[in-house]
Amino acid sequence: MTEPLIALKHLQKRFGKQTVLADVSLTVAGGEILGLIGPSGAGKSTVIKTALGMEVADGGSAAVLNTQMPNRQLLGRIGYMAQDDALYEALSAEENLRFFGRMKGVAKADMATEIAHVAAVVDLTPDLKKAVSGYSGGMKRRLSLAIALLGDPELLILDEPTVGIDPALRRKIWGELHKLRDAGRGILITTHVMDEAELVDDVALLLGGKVMAYGAPSMLEAQYDVQTIEQVFLKAEGVA
Amino acid sequence: MRSIYIARRVISELVRDKRTLAMMFVAPVLIMFLMKLIFTQSATTSVTVATVGVDGQVRSALNDVKHVTVQKRATNHSAQKALKAQKVDAVIHETSANHYTVTYANTDATKTSLVKVGFNAALTANGIKTLKQTTTKLSQTVTQMAATLAKVSPQAAAILKAPQAKPAASTKITNHYQYGDKDTGFFDKIVPILMGFFVFFFVFLISGMALLKERTTGTLDRLLATPVRRGEIVLGYMLSYGILALIQTVIIVLCTVGFMGVEITGTLAAVMVINFLLALVALAFGILMSTLAQSEFQMMQFIPIIVIPQVFFSGIVPLDSLASWVKDISYVLPLTYAGNAMTQIIMYGTKLSGLGLDIGVLLLFLLVLTALNVRGMRRYRKV
Ligand SMILES: Nc1ncnc2c1ncn2[C@@H]1O[C@H](COP(=O)(O)OP(=O)(O)OP(=O)(O)O)[C@@H](O)[C@H]1O
Ligand SMILES: [Mg+2]
Repeated sequence: MTEPLIALKHLQKRFGKQTVLADVSLTVAGGEILGLIGPSGAGKSTVIKTALGMEVADGGSAAVLNTQMPNRQLLGRIGYMAQDDALYEALSAEENLRFFGRMKGVAKADMATEIAHVAAVVDLTPDLKKAVSGYSGGMKRRLSLAIALLGDPELLILDEPTVGIDPALRRKIWGELHKLRDAGRGILITTHVMDEAELVDDVALLLGGKVMAYGAPSMLEAQYDVQTIEQVFLKAEGVA
Repeated sequence: MRSIYIARRVISELVRDKRTLAMMFVAPVLIMFLMKLIFTQSATTSVTVATVGVDGQVRSALNDVKHVTVQKRATNHSAQKALKAQKVDAVIHETSANHYTVTYANTDATKTSLVKVGFNAALTANGIKTLKQTTTKLSQTVTQMAATLAKVSPQAAAILKAPQAKPAASTKITNHYQYGDKDTGFFDKIVPILMGFFVFFFVFLISGMALLKERTTGTLDRLLATPVRRGEIVLGYMLSYGILALIQTVIIVLCTVGFMGVEITGTLAAVMVINFLLALVALAFGILMSTLAQSEFQMMQFIPIIVIPQVFFSGIVPLDSLASWVKDISYVLPLTYAGNAMTQIIMYGTKLSGLGLDIGVLLLFLLVLTALNVRGMRRYRKV
């Protein structure tokens, strides 16, 4: 059994008086996709930000790639896509990709092929030269994802990557994610789209600052005696 | 290395933002132009001078000076009355031979200096004329005397030599000011400080806005999710906006010298160095203040709090007469040091090497503010 890529143990996080994460433990191993679901405001983004070291935990521990977070060097090995599209609007997609590639430390010689590859994955090749300010919402989302994919990171952390992306492209992106998983990468993904939650290896349902349900989709469906993850979600929320 | 890429990105973003560029480069030029309009307008005003007992030749010489009109008054009393009534701008009273007492209304520095310069020119012009006439007259007299003497006693004639050119009659001018003193050349004094202020103002505002935008759009978070160092981000911003500030400094300084016709006693390069240093301080200051603002509007709120007071406390108004705690405020404002250094260079021709203290303090400001900025980034990422 290999070491997990992400190991969160009894993570706690408070913002002022509000306890957002009471006790969150989860692991992501190489070759595994973990889907983090939960109602809006449950703290999914907070879990991710704490794991990345952008927020400090108030208790528990967050280890990523066998290293206690926060750790700056490690960030080069993680592909992170934030919930909001943070892009330089005045620049073209290609310039955005090149800039973040450099920040991540992608070698100069590999840059062109890297950019071509990630652009192809998210179907942006024809629009690479266009300024981002002229992009549609979905195009921005795809560019954001492309930036996260740059540099072939060992671990992908994606905060709602498929919002505003049409079904055909979404399927294509999931195909790519599965390919990456099969190549041994670990992926942590949050989503509000419940049929996407069927496509992951493990689901963690975050409710009330705790992981209320955790396991393979089929296992959770059996445990809650329902047909879909959506019903698991609704049932768990009704109980809580 | 990453800082260079960050700097390049910031610059290519800026180049596409034509409005901000215009604000940085055109706005200072426009303001300088407006100031030129206002201040040169008063430079062409003419003055009326009342003279009391002044020699006719001096008077006509003074009248010949451009924009100067001379009125002859019988008594000093009536002349002073005219001055009070604002009918004349100055009174020149020849109290005894070649001793002049000049009283200026001095409500307008340009008028005062026009009278001063005009009167000096008139005296010089007249002095040369008088000297010539006196010399000719004297030599004529001597020749006549020599001729007469030669008849009476030839030996005595030999003793009598033609006198050498007589030393110029020592002219004494006593100045009086109805208002203020001789240092009321207000505008000359504020130009160096104003120039520094414009540099400070524009760089402060725009650099602060830039980092603020990076933060509010979330790109800063994204940037901090890469292995980039906090210091590299700050350095990247300092580099890119430093280049911009350099261009802006050159424009502002050249405008001040070219448009306003400000005479620089020291070197132009020294003025630019001080201004550039000030721009870097403003840059670091703007970045620091932007971390305390949540929006661009909040950034604007720093202008009355941080930018404007610098003008008041940095030497535009003489602080000597104020309470010492007011003076102490000026010691923590970067513009004080830049303004002082600039005044030294522009008015007294001091070299950069003689301004070690001011330059040192500005560098210290820069260092401390930059360190605070790197430190302040911790709020967005802990490592
Ligand atoms: N910086 C912050 N300061 C204060 N409160 C915060 C901060 N970030 C998040 N919160 C609070 O923490 C809670 C969880 O926020 P979070 O963004 O993690 O939710 P989420 O599960 O990602 O929601 P969504 O599905 O809508 O994205 C919310 O109540 C939010 O108000
Ligand atoms: Mg979220």
